[in-house]
Amino acid sequence: MKQFLIFVKKEWLHIWRDKRTLFILIFMPVVQILLYGFALTNEVKNAKIAIFDQSKDQATIAISDEIAASRYFNLIKNIHSYKDIEATFREGKIRLAVIFPLGFRNDLLHTNHAQVQLIADATDPNTANMLTNYATSIINDYQQSITQNQQLPYTIKTQVRMLYNPELKGAYSFVPGVMALVLMLVCAMMTSISIVREKEIGTMEVILVSPLKPFRIIIAKTIPYLMVSMLNITSILLLSVYVLDVPIVGSLWLLIIESILFTITSLSVGILISNSAKTQQTAQFTSLMSLFLPTLLFSGFLFPIENMPVPLQVISNIVPAKWFYIIVKSVMIKGLGFSAIWKETLILIGMTMVLLGISIKNFKIRLA
Amino acid sequence: MRVLKFLLQKELRQIFRDKAIIRVLFVMPMIQLLILPLAADYEIKNINLGVVDHDHSEYSRKLVNKIISSGYFRLRDYSPSFQTGLHAIEKDKTDLILEIPAHFERDLVKENEATLFVAVNAINGVKAGLGGAYIQGIIQGYNQDVRMQWIQFPRINPQPTIEVTFSDWFNPNMNYRVFMVPGILVMLVTIIGSSFASNNIVREKEMGTIEQINVSPIKKWQFILGKLIPFWMLALVVLTFGLTIARLVYGIVPLGHYITIYIFASIYLLAILGLGLLLSTYAQTQQQSMLISFFITMIFNLLSGLFTPIESMPAWAQMITRFNPVSYFIEVMRMVVLKGSGIVDIRYHIFAMIGFALFFNTWAILNYRKRSG
Repeated sequence: MKQFLIFVKKEWLHIWRDKRTLFILIFMPVVQILLYGFALTNEVKNAKIAIFDQSKDQATIAISDEIAASRYFNLIKNIHSYKDIEATFREGKIRLAVIFPLGFRNDLLHTNHAQVQLIADATDPNTANMLTNYATSIINDYQQSITQNQQLPYTIKTQVRMLYNPELKGAYSFVPGVMALVLMLVCAMMTSISIVREKEIGTMEVILVSPLKPFRIIIAKTIPYLMVSMLNITSILLLSVYVLDVPIVGSLWLLIIESILFTITSLSVGILISNSAKTQQTAQFTSLMSLFLPTLLFSGFLFPIENMPVPLQVISNIVPAKWFYIIVKSVMIKGLGFSAIWKETLILIGMTMVLLGISIKNFKIRLA
Repeated sequence: MRVLKFLLQKELRQIFRDKAIIRVLFVMPMIQLLILPLAADYEIKNINLGVVDHDHSEYSRKLVNKIISSGYFRLRDYSPSFQTGLHAIEKDKTDLILEIPAHFERDLVKENEATLFVAVNAINGVKAGLGGAYIQGIIQGYNQDVRMQWIQFPRINPQPTIEVTFSDWFNPNMNYRVFMVPGILVMLVTIIGSSFASNNIVREKEMGTIEQINVSPIKKWQFILGKLIPFWMLALVVLTFGLTIARLVYGIVPLGHYITIYIFASIYLLAILGLGLLLSTYAQTQQQSMLISFFITMIFNLLSGLFTPIESMPAWAQMITRFNPVSYFIEVMRMVVLKGSGIVDIRYHIFAMIGFALFFNTWAILNYRKRSG
């Protein structure tokens, strides 16, 4: 046991003395959470638009003002000819153009029918959809205001309630995702690189001839990273509660225990990678290819899994982060108890067992 | 010049003899370009619908049918009460519950007004927002159908109505891949440029071979250029490879010229490689350089507008994107590929990129020390 602790201490000193790496390990989650929380949203606001108003009457000016005042739009240009529209789009300056035809108000008052044309830059289809939706609803509001809200017969009203995240904040789905991503990265990538590094530099030989059992050596290597991960979990949770206002609805202890479980899963992935990689570069790229990307893609926090082709959906099941993401979402945001996530927990435990089993079986005491 | 030639020869041999690197260089883009665009599909469709129907009338059935036939929704759950419907949301079986109250049909016909309840799982805000908007749109359409049944509308509108027509330019089929693939290609070239170059120098440091270079009569700029040029060529090859995949697999043919892309890419790569070299002058071990370059490219990629629109970011984050070379290239790629912009349209981007290239490379050369320690 004493020998074991000495190894842990050695490993800890490796990390502790490399201040740059330590700094990044600790601040990466902070930066990620802050970026995801504040800078990255799929919500559309302040989209640049241009208006081509050919009639310049009371009605078009009123609608233009409404649109310009909305927080979704940022009117940057008044266009004066059709040719200008295309040029402005091509320079990438605007996302939406609103076009009022000649005699808009006249048509509206005399024939009761007037037209507005919206042209969206559909290079980004979702944004285009949202922008046309927002603009349409502003125009509809204006129309309502001139009809003085006459109640039409046979009206169906819809009451929409947004569950869990009434303000539709992006942070609610990003926080669990970033947790999965950071833990995966710190544990798997860093352990695998640090083990392979000893191989590459040649110090592995010294360690292997020590009286400690080889597998204990590996475990000793993982413990400091487990501690760094705990620190990361704490900082992510503190930031999300106090800075991003994403509350922990469910049990904090359950969340922490599940996080430790996932950390152990990630560590065993790291050990497995280090078994097969010979150079640090290979270890890094294997981690990136087999961990980082799949975690980003298949955990479901950036891209909806149900939209993917079936083969990819099947693949997503072997990505541990997917299950962890479901667990964190259920406990932290939906506030569910263990009974809702026992299946996912079992899957993670099973994966850890298998990964560790393979690693122990393949662990080589001799250098090639 | 001769020294530079020898250096280039050495670097190229070193790269081509490392089979693992070559494999990563070509397999990584393949996999990324083939899998990422399939997976990175933000398009909101297949929203899982749960229905709680307390009315069981002809009207409620018609409404549900109309929602399903819209193509956006899949009926996944049919619950007798809101409570059980909510369980389905908790288990992620459904994303959205439509609750039709008892006497929906009667209220609508007799009292002229009926209310429907919709509850959306809003953990994913975008999906919830669009899902809610879609279902409200469909309900409005249904409402119109019902009215048509009961009232004969006069030929001329009794009330002023504004008709909104819209057209989607540049990508009329709303194809998400055309949007994502050029961006992913940029991300790829960036990762290769920055991390390979910086790893390469740090590896020489860690192995000790840099000592030999330090004691030889090689000028700083020769050394830096010798490291820069091979990776610059490699990244351009990878870009070509990527553009070919984009064309063959996804049928993405740029509206603008390939030449425009290459002109910009070659300046961009100088900037990104300069950044990689700069990082390498600060890192001591490969672990450090990998982590640092990973960290920086991650921030660059997240703040590049690849995944989320730049306009939506707060002012301070938009300021950062001004200093982010990746965001310029992504913008240029999308402009050239989707809108057919030419050199003149992207002139400011080019100026900015030349600035980045000069800045990073000068700093890297100044910071490279031939003395160790």
